[in-house]
Amino acid sequence: MTPEAFEWEKPLAELERRIAELRSFSEEKGIDLSGEIATLEERAVALRQEIYRNLTPWQRVQIARHPRRPTALDYISRICDDFIELHGDRTFRDDPAVVGGIGLLDGIPVTIIGTQKGRDTKENLARNFGLPHPEGFRKAMRLARQAEKFGRPVVTLIDIVGAYPGIEAEERGQGLVIAESIRTFSVLRTPVVCAITGEAGSGGALAIGVGDRVLMMEYAWHSVISPEGCASILWKDAGRAPEAAAALRLTAEECLRLGVVDEILPEPPGGAHRDPDKAAAVLKEALVRHIAELLPIPPDELVRQRQERYRHHRSRPHWQMPPGPASAPAATGE
Amino acid sequence: MPGESRHSEGGFFNNLFRSRPRYVTVQPRSAPVEAPAAGEPSLTAVPVRRDERGRPVYGREVPDGLWTKCEACGQILYTKELAKNLYVCYRCQAHQRISARERLNQILDQGLEEEFDADLVGGDPLQFPEYQEKLRQAREKTQLVEAVVCGRGRIEDEPVCVGVLDFAFMGGSMGWAVGEKVARLFDRATAASLPVIIFSSGGGGARMQEGVVSLMQMATTTQAIARFSAAGGLYIAVLTDPTMGGIYASFGSLGDVILAEPGARIGFTGPRVIEQTIRQKLPAGFQTAEFLLKNGMVDAVVDRREMRRFLARLLRLHRKRGEWCDSRSIRVGEAPR
Repeated sequence: MTPEAFEWEKPLAELERRIAELRSFSEEKGIDLSGEIATLEERAVALRQEIYRNLTPWQRVQIARHPRRPTALDYISRICDDFIELHGDRTFRDDPAVVGGIGLLDGIPVTIIGTQKGRDTKENLARNFGLPHPEGFRKAMRLARQAEKFGRPVVTLIDIVGAYPGIEAEERGQGLVIAESIRTFSVLRTPVVCAITGEAGSGGALAIGVGDRVLMMEYAWHSVISPEGCASILWKDAGRAPEAAAALRLTAEECLRLGVVDEILPEPPGGAHRDPDKAAAVLKEALVRHIAELLPIPPDELVRQRQERYRHHRSRPHWQMPPGPASAPAATGE
Repeated sequence: MPGESRHSEGGFFNNLFRSRPRYVTVQPRSAPVEAPAAGEPSLTAVPVRRDERGRPVYGREVPDGLWTKCEACGQILYTKELAKNLYVCYRCQAHQRISARERLNQILDQGLEEEFDADLVGGDPLQFPEYQEKLRQAREKTQLVEAVVCGRGRIEDEPVCVGVLDFAFMGGSMGWAVGEKVARLFDRATAASLPVIIFSSGGGGARMQEGVVSLMQMATTTQAIARFSAAGGLYIAVLTDPTMGGIYASFGSLGDVILAEPGARIGFTGPRVIEQTIRQKLPAGFQTAEFLLKNGMVDAVVDRREMRRFLARLLRLHRKRGEWCDSRSIRVGEAPR
């Protein structure tokens, strides 16, 4: 049983414990129990499938928040052959909640920007729980523009509940910086591929989440607000977060259906934390594939297509009331 | 001063109509702005009220009640007097929240000469609990179809495209329809080379009931502004009470000039959430217009009674190079892009 097994994983963990017991028993006593073990293992596989197929949205949120879920730096070290971290926003300070730098992805130099959570309390305090201040988004914008100058593609790794809600953050223009970051990524004349690896909540996620392609890991969540925030605003009760998680339709499947993400990246059984190497390999393959698709597109056309992606309603009839306007006016006035 | 005669003429007409109902019928002097997608089927899900000339009627006529209580000082105010003072408390000068309709009446010479996308409505992409019912209630209460009214009008004769959010409609929150209407406003203004002014009182930010779809509207509106801006358009953002969350973190922040009304609450995260996070009381005046001015986040705090005049001055100061060159017989080259 893994140290941080979830409540709903208990039956599976129990079964796995019994299989291990039988194994050691048969080895000890020299009795052949392979038939029984095989039956139990079959049952474990079926049970695992059963459990992970029927996860509730709230259970998925728990997986996305697992303390051992790989962070941006975990993925960067696994997908890049070389990586140099760059620091600071050149205006105020270096925000440790946002990491960024230049790396080599399957031979392609890319700028990688991600929000960085910590794995324990000490790390989390240093990283401010991965909640950026305005200077974090300014660092992201600076690195994105730098990538544009040198023609490097940009990869963003998103794992953020939201932008930091604090006095200093407001004083330094949290909302304004988010708007500017959305604008910066919207007009960037180099490919941008975003990957939602964990949580993706509110404007904080969108500040580094506007791209030519948005990929989403299987158990990640993406919405306008965290389930707790939604529940406390709507029902004045953060305890109803599980209900809110369902209502917000924040799962990868729903986001794909809503046309907000382009591809779901499958995770190892039980979540990325069970096998970070495998999760990183899936991520790397997808990033390289999308970047290769985007690189031949001329910059003007790239920016046009990126903006069209957010206005392309024909493929998203459910965004509006049927029968919706037949077409979007995105092409006008450009 | 060039154009002075035109303005005094406009001023004459303004004064003539100021004390009477503002909805006199005046033919627009310029050709109507072309809708981006001509022949687009209009929606009939929500009936749009129209006047006898077929123009959409937005919002309620007059606020209810003879008396209004000032939200700031608690003074009971005679509504008629308050209205004359543009809904600024005549005791404590607090700016009361006003409807989109009232705002347009205060700012524009003749109200909206044309309303854009009056009947554009969104769906219920998440099938969110009670959303349809809340929308229905908001429509009934405000007599608006959605939380934003967009259109074209004039301020002291200067033609502008204008958008006004109405806080009474689900907190002025932005779902698909609001985002799309704002984006189309900028697209139209780009095509017609007109400035844009948006009064944002979107305390609700992105509309929770449309989830991630409303979050995307922050991108949609921002991108429309980026295109408009690249074409040289002037956008004046006027932040009124309250402008928060996804509204502030998108089109609320992206004005070439950002103005705010005195005392307006403006920020990203709501005060309750910040207090819960940092576990301490927030300082007085936190997230007010004056706080933002001090921190360098807005250009000016403008009293509502000065707003119309101030906007007109700003618009004139942004006249295109060609216009002022001609009048002074100076030969100057193309404006830089």
